[in-house]
Amino acid sequence: MYKLWATILKDVRVMRRDWLGLTFMFVMPVLLVLIVTGMQSGTFELVSKNKLPLLLCNKDTGAASLQFIRAVDTMGLFEVRQIPGTQNEEMIRERLYRKDALLAVVLPADFSAQVASRTRVLAGKALKSFGLDDSVSGGTVKTTGAPLTLYYHPVLQESFRRSAEGTLYSALQLVESRQLLKTLYFSINEKELPDTLGNELLSNREKISEIPVSRSNSRKSPTVTQHNVPAWTIFAMFFVVVSLGSGIVREKRSGSFIRLRTMPTSYVLTILSKQITYIGVTMIQTILVFAVGVWIFPLVGLPRLDLPDDWSGLVLISILCGWCAVSYAICVGVFADTEEQANGFGVISIVILAAIGGLMIPDFILTGPFRTATKFSPLHWCLDAYYSLFLEGGKLKDVWSNVLSLVLIIAGLQGIALWGLKRKNLI
Amino acid sequence: MGPMSANQLDRIPPAILIDDLTFHYPDQTELFAEFNLRVEAGQRFGLFGPNGAGKTTLMNLMTGLLTPTSGSIRLFGKDMQKHHLRINRLFGFVPQDFAFYQELSPVENLAFFGAWSGMTGAAIRRRTRELLEILGLAAVRHKKVQQFSGGMKRRVNLAIGVIHQPRLLFLDEPTVGVDVQTRHAIVNYLKQLNESGTTLIYTSHQLGEAEELCNMVAMIDEGRIIAYEALDSLLSKHRQDGLEGLFLELTGKNFRDHNV
Repeated sequence: MYKLWATILKDVRVMRRDWLGLTFMFVMPVLLVLIVTGMQSGTFELVSKNKLPLLLCNKDTGAASLQFIRAVDTMGLFEVRQIPGTQNEEMIRERLYRKDALLAVVLPADFSAQVASRTRVLAGKALKSFGLDDSVSGGTVKTTGAPLTLYYHPVLQESFRRSAEGTLYSALQLVESRQLLKTLYFSINEKELPDTLGNELLSNREKISEIPVSRSNSRKSPTVTQHNVPAWTIFAMFFVVVSLGSGIVREKRSGSFIRLRTMPTSYVLTILSKQITYIGVTMIQTILVFAVGVWIFPLVGLPRLDLPDDWSGLVLISILCGWCAVSYAICVGVFADTEEQANGFGVISIVILAAIGGLMIPDFILTGPFRTATKFSPLHWCLDAYYSLFLEGGKLKDVWSNVLSLVLIIAGLQGIALWGLKRKNLI
Repeated sequence: MGPMSANQLDRIPPAILIDDLTFHYPDQTELFAEFNLRVEAGQRFGLFGPNGAGKTTLMNLMTGLLTPTSGSIRLFGKDMQKHHLRINRLFGFVPQDFAFYQELSPVENLAFFGAWSGMTGAAIRRRTRELLEILGLAAVRHKKVQQFSGGMKRRVNLAIGVIHQPRLLFLDEPTVGVDVQTRHAIVNYLKQLNESGTTLIYTSHQLGEAEELCNMVAMIDEGRIIAYEALDSLLSKHRQDGLEGLFLELTGKNFRDHNV
């Protein structure tokens, strides 16, 4: 036990004097999580929270266009910015080029007339089908143009555009339905439709039951912080390969290693000591990055990190993720022959494994072989375990399958490292 | 560990007994074939030979860094292969390269290597104080070794090799690149160690120093022993007054490192 303690003490002392390694392990992750979260924050908020700016140019003076604008506003998808109806197409295009908004809608001067005309025709057909006299469709104005025109900037994703179109159609249909109902009611009852009945018929839609698929049944919506902090914590953990992997190579190639091999102690003790020391490092990294998420993010305008309620799950998963990262770094250190090999391969492989593991692009949007490839990245399994806690509100009992996956990966990496040590006659 | 009497020495098995040793590096011809060597406990044994003669390989075989193809190496009667970890407690090794952590201080290095030699914390602290005093490193005990001169580093290298007071000490060029004062201090300390019972196996190209230190000599060339005798008797037999003359007589004057 004293040998192990002395070896840990030696490793800590050597590491404490490696300023470059310390910078990589502690400063880089803090900067990375701040910068990446800050950069992604705008996009993420646009998708999850913010309304899409919509320029609305109303050339009409009738009541239907005002009803339409109110309906669009009520639907909540857009932040409606009205622009003067005197603006022409060229001016609207210019505003979109300037990115005042990515969408613009123009209501033509005869918008209300068109709505009225279409609803009268429909009401006439309806009355006829009820066996009543068509007293409304006479005198309709024939219109040829579209009821409205939608302009969009090409950078707007297809899914956003479709969603915007759907919302505008719904608003238009609402206005037309109200008009149709009024016309029919007047034709049958010869009096105006009461507002209360109109609202009841048109707005009293059945509520859709929404159930968030969260283990804790929490309705908290995931923020860019909840996504990024666990992801970049894992990335930081795996970056210990720079210090640990090259440290093992440096030791293997140094004179001290020759001396160690002549001493009455197995080199396995060195590997064990390095594991304990560097798991400690990964825990400090985790606390550091989480602390930045909790206390620093709100100061720079980013959403605060909400830690999972179940601390036992968080601690266990963090230790296993750290151990997984350390096991990977030891493998790199055992098999690399030079520090350049360890650093080069270590860093590049971590970036690749992070990319295919879903740290940079969410794995659920990947398809085919790329989706399968995620399973080969240890970082994917670490991220999966963290997401169970951070996004799904899981507790320790919910993450046993993640624990098992991580334990199997760690065992595999340790086995490979031991095989490498034996193969290279180091133990 | 105090000086031993002749009777005591008789009862002690040889410090090293190499029997029918065969060794070759992968894909190379045999460097040693049926090689035999005996070093008695308490000797100051010098192992000499030209470059490529096999000195370092032999040292690595005796310290367990290399494994023989066949034959046996016994240290104090115990087979190196069978009792590897137990035998490693018996000897110390001072390699030619600086074999310590340059980022650490002498005290930190000795604490680590002492623990690996199986010593307790208290024993390490006591021995560290003693060694740093003897080797003139007490004033710099807490400074990083990477700031030291070559001579100071050599002394740290030696201190680590002897911290656990080994019965047998392997020294591979222990004074290479040091000034006269450091060499003098190291040689004196090695003699003191030997007087207190430590067997020394020494190899170096510093033949003047070897003459001062060794009382038994073996010369090897191309994996064979070409001379093995007490230093005084070997010199008188070959009518040489120094090791350098004897060395050139036995191994010739041609360069030997063309095979490297």
